[in-house]
Amino acid sequence: MDKTPQTLPRQSWTFSNETNSEIRRAAATGIYDIRGGGAKRRVPHFDDLLFLGASISRYPLEGYRERCDTSVTLGTRFAKKPIELKIPITIAGMSFGSLSANAKEALGRGASAAGTSTTTGDGGMTNEERGHSTQLVYQYLPSRYGMNPDDLRRADAIEVVVGQGAKPGGGGMLLGQKITQRVADMRSLPVGIDQRSACRHPDWTGPDDLEIKILELREITGWEKPIYIKIGGARPYYDTALAVKAGADVVVLDGMQGGTAATQDVFIEHVGQPTLACIRPAVQALQDLGMHRKVQLIVSGGIRNGADVAKALALGADAVSIGTAALIALGDNDPKWESEYQKLGSTTGAYDDWHEGRDPAGITTQDPELMKRLDPIAAGRRLRNYLNVMTLECQTIARACGKSHVHNLEPEDLCALTMEAAAMARVPLAGTDWYPGKPGF
Amino acid sequence: MATTELREVNTTLQSAAKAQVNEPYVIVNPRGSHAMACGLDGPLNVTVKGSTGYYTAGMNKEASITVEGSAGPGVAENMMSGVVTILGDASQYAGATGHGGLLNIKGNASSRCGISMKGIDIVVHGNIGHMSAFMAQRGNLVVLGDAGDALGDSLYEARLFVRGTVKSLGADCVEKEMRAEHIEILKELLERAGADAKPEEFKRYGSARTLYNFHIDNAASY
Amino acid sequence: MCGIVGLFLKKDALRPKLGDMLTDMLITMTDRGPDSAGIAIYGDEHGKLKITVQSDTPDTDFAGLEGALAAAVGAPVTIRVVDTHAVLTLPLDTEAAALAFLEDRKLRVMGVGESMEIFKEVGLPKDVAERFGLRAMGGSHGIGHTRMATESAVTTLGAHPFSTASDQCLVHNGSLSNHNDMRRKLAKKGIYTKTENDTEVGAAYISSRIAEGATLGQALEGTLKDLDGFFTFVTGTKNGFGVVRDPIACKPAVMAETEDYVAFASEYRAFADLPGIEGARVWEPEPATVYFWER
Repeated sequence: MDKTPQTLPRQSWTFSNETNSEIRRAAATGIYDIRGGGAKRRVPHFDDLLFLGASISRYPLEGYRERCDTSVTLGTRFAKKPIELKIPITIAGMSFGSLSANAKEALGRGASAAGTSTTTGDGGMTNEERGHSTQLVYQYLPSRYGMNPDDLRRADAIEVVVGQGAKPGGGGMLLGQKITQRVADMRSLPVGIDQRSACRHPDWTGPDDLEIKILELREITGWEKPIYIKIGGARPYYDTALAVKAGADVVVLDGMQGGTAATQDVFIEHVGQPTLACIRPAVQALQDLGMHRKVQLIVSGGIRNGADVAKALALGADAVSIGTAALIALGDNDPKWESEYQKLGSTTGAYDDWHEGRDPAGITTQDPELMKRLDPIAAGRRLRNYLNVMTLECQTIARACGKSHVHNLEPEDLCALTMEAAAMARVPLAGTDWYPGKPGF
Repeated sequence: MATTELREVNTTLQSAAKAQVNEPYVIVNPRGSHAMACGLDGPLNVTVKGSTGYYTAGMNKEASITVEGSAGPGVAENMMSGVVTILGDASQYAGATGHGGLLNIKGNASSRCGISMKGIDIVVHGNIGHMSAFMAQRGNLVVLGDAGDALGDSLYEARLFVRGTVKSLGADCVEKEMRAEHIEILKELLERAGADAKPEEFKRYGSARTLYNFHIDNAASY
Repeated sequence: MCGIVGLFLKKDALRPKLGDMLTDMLITMTDRGPDSAGIAIYGDEHGKLKITVQSDTPDTDFAGLEGALAAAVGAPVTIRVVDTHAVLTLPLDTEAAALAFLEDRKLRVMGVGESMEIFKEVGLPKDVAERFGLRAMGGSHGIGHTRMATESAVTTLGAHPFSTASDQCLVHNGSLSNHNDMRRKLAKKGIYTKTENDTEVGAAYISSRIAEGATLGQALEGTLKDLDGFFTFVTGTKNGFGVVRDPIACKPAVMAETEDYVAFASEYRAFADLPGIEGARVWEPEPATVYFWER
């Protein structure tokens, strides 16, 4: 006798195993999930754009002979001492505290060797990173941990952080495991407590106040240093325009794929716009104010290779910034630690519990034993190599488009593979001269 | 300041402070200007005859700055050391994120006085506004008058001393026992600030430390 | 995001100097708002209706306007052209007919009232003040605004003050976070705003509450409950002005009072040239508290 045929067990798309595991975790702990990293969901990205290249109507540059410059000057508007970089890729702000001292040193070494700048983070400036960074950007954050006028003056630029792409409009919470004695001292906090970070600056709100804050910072530093304003990808047109009106020399725009040391997962995945969607509105704001290329635009959030760099520049950015990619170059999420990731309930590529301070790679930790695993000299060399490769890749593309400077890449050098990317980047869908929202259609 | 540019005033003061000449300077007609006498790095006596705008004496180190009038928002923000004295009132964010030194306000201070303070001592002879000492980390805030709503919300290890009434305490801020060591600290601060008050008249407020590590029963306080 | 100034004179002797004093205050707030500037000035009442209109092509639009309007409403009309603005004076009972006529002609009505005149334009405050000859204007009280536009356009209509009822106007420093929803609620009641600006919604909210029977005080109290976001509002009425800040009170506000006047500003700087400011009582309005000065 035949058995009655049965359907296969069917998993719900809405209530997937992943979703259900989060429901169980929430029910057991009573607190939202906190993690590091940036958005993991798929969003329209640079991969959805392609360069057209040159053939008969345009002429390419000879790959290994003809010059293709990559230098960038940041802070030409008001600062007496603008920052001169050899490559249009900078290292984003990551704090000592969230990262180990060795990791900060490695970032400084790698960036300096490649001719670019690195950036402090929420927790002040360490001697290690100042010493190993030829160009160091000092972040001015709502918490003002470790903020002092001496470090302000020994910085090469000041970045007023209004928001970041992982959490526009949010503060944060760094769990106690990483607040060691040294971190606590730098932040004037008790050891081992959960550090709560404010979402707004304590002494100004809005662009009209920000203008006065910038005046104060310039007065304290003799009008020498470029003032960057970092914004999360929320309302990029307005925020860019207001940063410029408030007096910024440089606008740093961080899309939702941008990383964080520790933020609510719900914030990372559900607030903010994809990096690709942020660039054109920001460039539009600069153009409307007659400030494109006068106030420089640095774009960050999900930059991984030279093609991403070239695409961001083509859409109007002056430079890009990398955080997550730099950590991976140092050795974050490396397969050689797979067995240890598994012990932590994770796997290579997925490890994101950076706030817990148990990073097997010794990067996002303050544990002295784990920290030793990262050799700052070797890791710095890896970062330098990676930055060099990205630059070579970007040059390769620029030359193929006939550009003697990477800044001469234009939106018209691009086409889009998807409707979404076409709409966001305002670049024609491949094979057409149309993108959604294009006037006249 | 009616005739001299802010940049010139600050450059002069900053070089004099750095040169350690310690001469007295007087600024007349401040006209509510912003960022006056900010970023001084060395001993210097500065008197401002009139009222100032935002961020007066910002990030001060070692200098003694007196405002013979009222000060705008963020006076002595992130001060490291030295003494800043305001004879009139101070606007919001007075002494914000200050790491050290003494901010002596003879009049009242507005909202968010001592927000995120990190070691500064603040003495207010009058009253203070709402959300004062929000997330205050270290240092002492002394108020001879009354405090507004949500005093010391999300407080860390700063000590708050209030002589008058407190409209309401913020999350995790509680009244604490005044022990001999606190009387001693307060006595010394009142003396330095030239305040006519006795330490015994004050109540002490501090962190209940229930928000230091997350606990599910405190979720409503976040 | 902006600079606000306000001046309420207690002594009639100072009235001729109102425009002069307000202009200096307004120009001092340029850094806070370089995009556009505006002023509402309350002069003497004559038992007549004043309508301030604006046009980008005043030469053609204002030519023959008074005659055409007089014919339309069947009453005498006088006109005073001030740069891009014109103040039309006519009998009180002609308001509805006059407004219908002006709408037909596509002229922008800046404000209506027995005593209020509103002048606002795109540009630096000093240029705006000069174009309108603000210094020469007298009156009992006035409110000025310099704008740093946040999300809505830099246009004449986007400049403050906003007027949504007779002799009422509102200026704002801050940014409302529920203005789109409020705009829809007001539209359901038949109250329509002309711009995308959040402040206009605030103004319309207050005048709708007053039209429903609330006092100005109750309407301002209502903003604390019904409007979300950050604001310092100053509202002008025929008899004086009111001030209210949101409960978080981040946007600055400072007031000064002497025997001669009550002054309001976003920063103390705006008071530096006021007579007797050295001896004035200077203080900051408390959060979530409504203040009034009325004669």
